[in-house]
Amino acid sequence: MSAKTAFQGFLRQDGRKGIRNTILVVYLVECAHHVAREIVYPYRKQGVHLIGFSGCYPNQYAFDMMSRLCTHPNTGGVLLVSLGCESFDRRGLQQHVRESGRPVETLVIQERGGTLTTVDQGLAWLQETLIELEETATRVPMSVDELVVGAICGGSDATSGITANPAIGRCFDLLVENDAGAIFEEGGELIGCEQIMADRAVTPALGEEILSTMEKTARYYTTMGHGSFAVGNADGGLTTVEEKSMGAYAKSGSSPISGLIKPGDLPPAGGLYLLDIVPDGGARFGFPNINDTAEIAELIACGAHLTLFSTGRGSVVGSAISPVIKVCANPETYRRMDGDMDVDAGRILEGRATLDDVGQEIFAQVLDVAGGASTKSESLGHQEFVLTYKSFEPIGPACLPV
Amino acid sequence: MPDPQSGLLLRISDEDNVFVLLRSVNAGTRLQLGEHTVVVENSLELGHKIAARNITAGEKVVKYGAPIGSATRDIRAGEHVHLHNIKSDYIPTYTLNSGTE
Repeated sequence: MSAKTAFQGFLRQDGRKGIRNTILVVYLVECAHHVAREIVYPYRKQGVHLIGFSGCYPNQYAFDMMSRLCTHPNTGGVLLVSLGCESFDRRGLQQHVRESGRPVETLVIQERGGTLTTVDQGLAWLQETLIELEETATRVPMSVDELVVGAICGGSDATSGITANPAIGRCFDLLVENDAGAIFEEGGELIGCEQIMADRAVTPALGEEILSTMEKTARYYTTMGHGSFAVGNADGGLTTVEEKSMGAYAKSGSSPISGLIKPGDLPPAGGLYLLDIVPDGGARFGFPNINDTAEIAELIACGAHLTLFSTGRGSVVGSAISPVIKVCANPETYRRMDGDMDVDAGRILEGRATLDDVGQEIFAQVLDVAGGASTKSESLGHQEFVLTYKSFEPIGPACLPV
Repeated sequence: MPDPQSGLLLRISDEDNVFVLLRSVNAGTRLQLGEHTVVVENSLELGHKIAARNITAGEKVVKYGAPIGSATRDIRAGEHVHLHNIKSDYIPTYTLNSGTE
């Protein structure tokens, strides 16, 4: 690996490496949200992020997601904030984080004397733990083949599929050539692309898995009565879900598809992976992903160190845990919102750059951000996070042939 | 990148029967499609689609070399191609007017 593609990462006990050393403050039910937010607030610009799960009913998917996120390589420490009577298995989660070698504490509001005392104790824990993380961080060389990068599109318009998505596809090809993990997703935004994806699978059996996943996806969205298609997509010139899909599909680039994973599954090696985010077992808990942020959280749970986000209409979101690089597809949007955008892919439409130029620019930004440079959304303090109810069956052996 | 008219219209794939507008255009803008000159009826934002040729009702609309839906009525060359004249072959498209129609 050349020096050019190496940077400094944070070594974790399990051998994985992170590009950030974030402390997560985690509310375990909506009733603990305010207390957790008050604890984070003074430290929100010092690498302390707020995430949580609103529901009071237990859910295995939500527990597994939290377990992955709290032991993500970008996560350095975890403070759990519980009301006390919710169903979330706080002891199980705390034990899981402790076994990963990270500092972890649980504050149960009902046991700590209410809002004010819990906030005070949370602030004190953060103050100590920030110092501890600073002192104990193990910095090690990290190279591009140790990175996992996700891709998503949001606020799409008709330029997304011509500029930003294919440019991200070029970057994905470069990442896969360098043995990094690259994950694209959202079957609901790939409806109509099922056969061309199946044809790219590294084995015929994986191709069959992709086809059956896409059947499930089309069935699920049909039951819900809406495709993954927002009103703004149509204002931006997109007319149908399959038109949006063809544009979204370009994010995957041209590498063979090495595997099909579900939220929380880690890519076992470098290569291109399709993330299936549509629940198994029928439509039960509502829309598969209620917004872009829920998709980003699932990419992160699959180990994504950072996410490439293509937008035409102009999304402003970032994310907790893993930085988001915003690739703006539409040159008019870029001129209006350049303070939120990291890459101006709309130059391609105006003849000021080629797809390859922008693909290489995104790849260079991936390395910069992995090395510690802040993205626009990070600098602006965007730390969006959403986690809802879902249900999944484990993936079958044909999904990961490597 | 195919460029039939000075960077204004893009045909992404040779099989496509629609062009993509690369710049926003005002109503009254004249577009040259082969031998025909057509006048844009309403102002259109960049990214919207223009029929590259006459498309008959029920015919597949093709972009990226792939079908993106079917024409719900006859579409003339040069006409705006959108929610009013094509539909998904998978899941209907929701608009803010869908609930009140």
